[in-house]
Amino acid sequence: MILVPLWQRLFVAAATVAAILLALPNLFYSQVEQANDARASIEAGLASDELEAQAAQWPAWLPSGLINLGLDLRGGAHLLAEVQVADVYASRMDSLWPTIRDVLAAERDTVGFVTREEGGDPSELRIRISEPSGAARALEIVRGLAQPVATLAGGAASDIEASAQNDILTVRLSEAERAATDDRTVQQALEIVRRRIDEVGTREPTILRQGADRILVQVPGVGSAQEVKDIIGTTAQLTFQPVVQVTSDAEANPGAGNVLVPSVDEPGVLYVLDRAAVVTGEDLTDAQPTFDQNGRPAVSFRFDAQGARAFGEYTAAHIGEPFAIVLDDQVISAPVIQSAIPGGQGIITGQFTPEESTELAVLLRAGALPAELTFLEERTIGPELGADSIRAGQTAAYAAAVLVVLFMVASYGFFGAIACVALAINIVMILAALSLLGATLTLPGIAGIVLTMGQAVDANVLIYERMREEIRRGASPIRAVEEGFGKAFSAILDANVTTFIIAAIMFFVGTGTVRGFAVTLALGVLTTLVTGVYVSRVLIALWFARTRPKTIVV
Amino acid sequence: MAWRLRLAPEKTNIDFFRLQWITLGFSALLVLGSLLSMATLGFNFGIDFKGGTTIRTESTQAVDVAAYRDALSGLGLGDVTITEVFDPTFRADQHVAQVRIAAQEGQEAVSPETIAVVEEALRAIDPAIAFPSVESVGPKVSGELVRTAFLSILGACLGIGLYIWMRFEWQYSLGTIVALLHDVIVTAGVFSLFQLRFDLTIVAALLTILGYSVNDTVVVFDRLRENLLKYKTMPLRDVMNLSVNETLSRTLVTAGTTLLALIPLLIFGGDVIRGFIFAMTMGVFIGTYSSVYVAKNIVLWIGLPRGDKAKKASANQFADIDA
Repeated sequence: MILVPLWQRLFVAAATVAAILLALPNLFYSQVEQANDARASIEAGLASDELEAQAAQWPAWLPSGLINLGLDLRGGAHLLAEVQVADVYASRMDSLWPTIRDVLAAERDTVGFVTREEGGDPSELRIRISEPSGAARALEIVRGLAQPVATLAGGAASDIEASAQNDILTVRLSEAERAATDDRTVQQALEIVRRRIDEVGTREPTILRQGADRILVQVPGVGSAQEVKDIIGTTAQLTFQPVVQVTSDAEANPGAGNVLVPSVDEPGVLYVLDRAAVVTGEDLTDAQPTFDQNGRPAVSFRFDAQGARAFGEYTAAHIGEPFAIVLDDQVISAPVIQSAIPGGQGIITGQFTPEESTELAVLLRAGALPAELTFLEERTIGPELGADSIRAGQTAAYAAAVLVVLFMVASYGFFGAIACVALAINIVMILAALSLLGATLTLPGIAGIVLTMGQAVDANVLIYERMREEIRRGASPIRAVEEGFGKAFSAILDANVTTFIIAAIMFFVGTGTVRGFAVTLALGVLTTLVTGVYVSRVLIALWFARTRPKTIVV
Repeated sequence: MAWRLRLAPEKTNIDFFRLQWITLGFSALLVLGSLLSMATLGFNFGIDFKGGTTIRTESTQAVDVAAYRDALSGLGLGDVTITEVFDPTFRADQHVAQVRIAAQEGQEAVSPETIAVVEEALRAIDPAIAFPSVESVGPKVSGELVRTAFLSILGACLGIGLYIWMRFEWQYSLGTIVALLHDVIVTAGVFSLFQLRFDLTIVAALLTILGYSVNDTVVVFDRLRENLLKYKTMPLRDVMNLSVNETLSRTLVTAGTTLLALIPLLIFGGDVIRGFIFAMTMGVFIGTYSSVYVAKNIVLWIGLPRGDKAKKASANQFADIDA
């Protein structure tokens, strides 16, 4: 009698049943997918008879997790974007300039006149003072503006660094502040990209941060990477800027500290704007499509406390002056400030259609990207190619399964058949684990499963070869089985641990499809250990208990 | 006795060291040749590693490579390669080609305008054309991918070496690492020699080969360790031969089942992963060979400490081989 502890029998039985139940939904993929979607909609409060009918396609008490199909199988777009974190340094310097100018102007007696040096590195602020002898005092004043910032190492540092050379003061963000800013910028960009893509409502997009300054975006089911880029909108930045002058000369020199921006509605009209924005889209808390007092489409907006204060102070001080609302480096409108706007609320009017005002509100609500994105990698895979790949993978998997079964039965007879049953349970377990983890199956992933078919039986082969040796040595059937399992175990374990190491390395360094392969390979190793050792053993023990063979032929 | 398919006779007694100079010389030659090919011919890197864009075209009309080339040559895109793709899984009226555009000067990913222009030009000569996939990788990412690919293979070798060291002795570990490097270099060498496209999936295949090869090697080592305890006085060389002979049937059966799984993939798996599967298929052969002919030879050279008279035994062993 081969002794298999009760817990092992129960474990094998429970794991097999659980695996079958978890893998089951994948057999009815489109049905379950529809039912899941319908259920999600109903939960979101959108009940209808049609949705109820769709949800009823799959019983709620059954597991409904599905294997996520990778982009190469489902079709879709894959983008890797790099956030130009240095953009933020420049805008920080631009907004710091008026503050520095004002505090230095108060000390005109010692430092003389202050002017900003144009050109050079935009992430530095270079200030010329007309009294070089006052440089030490000026430096002291500028350093006094610094705010403490926590460093990664846990120490404290100030956010800006200032140095002086003759009559030029150079101000830049400190290393610690840059690191903190970078992190914030990427987080913010990630959040905005996510909101914009969610706003469009595509299914199950993957939006992940990669490394220090990158964002990975994978959207299944879209026609091209360009569509996704359009949704993300590489330059949707909203600012409110003071108008210096209106001109029609495209070659006009805007002057120091100013920029020339075209109007979106009035051809040929250009605005000269102060480069330092009073408020930016970052300070917006809400934007809604609305109509102005004349019934024309407009967009209402609301600022957060900080934005409301800056906006209120500016409008109070500049009544009667024009004020430009700039989106994507184009002036949407430049209304004249009629009165101070203290509440942080206002409306943008322009020549909008109702659709445009809705779109603009969505865009504003999603927020502006804090920095530009450059795309390092773009991949579009059509759904037909994905379907072809699934078909090809399936054909190959069936052919491989048939060949491996024939080969195993030819090599080990009845025991070969047991190995094949264990293999079948193994594959079901891999599919179950993929569904449970919501892991992504890619084409190399399918190859990984097929490869597992070839390699999983290795555990059985090791055991059976050992059994043969024991039988040759004259061992009893029970002894042969026990020795076979016992002695083969260390080889099986070592072989699988090493494969697992490989899979782990692939997972951590690989991207996209390679990662999909690593996942199936690693899951394959784990399930192989379970099925090769425990499932086969329980099956053989059951067979022994029933037939009580005097001799066995392996 | 019921009939059984046997890849190896029940009991073999092959002296795997008899021709060791020929087999090792052969291996050394393969490795040197591979390195030479990599140094001179280099690799036919895919866009993953070189940057650029590949556009897959599909049409019901036959692919006229010359016409495609003429259509694209006037666009000033620099290096453009067009290859027709054949595959047994294609339908009779499915004609597929791959257009590859080199990374454009001063751009990260190829701009959508460039792709639109290419698609326009191709549509002009074949209105039925479709573009099932467009992939573009910038030079910044591709440079990093080359580095991580190299590091991952090195890391995998070291990780495995460390594990074998923990489970066995350092001699086994060294033998395994040499065998693994042998497998990776020779497989990569074939890709270089025949200028097969080398992309990220090939690196995954190389890593899988490492896994397969170490699998095979570990089984032999595991038996060796067991036999060394059993036959304390038998010369190392004989114990090794015994261990390989005892595990030979398993080695061949496992190679057999793995190949049986891979060959359908090679035939029916489609052209998208053919390179990947081909690398793995080759790796099964090379990995099987190296665990029998490379890994344990290295261990035999170094010698193994055995029991209480460890040092002496291994020193004698060394003399035996030279004789």
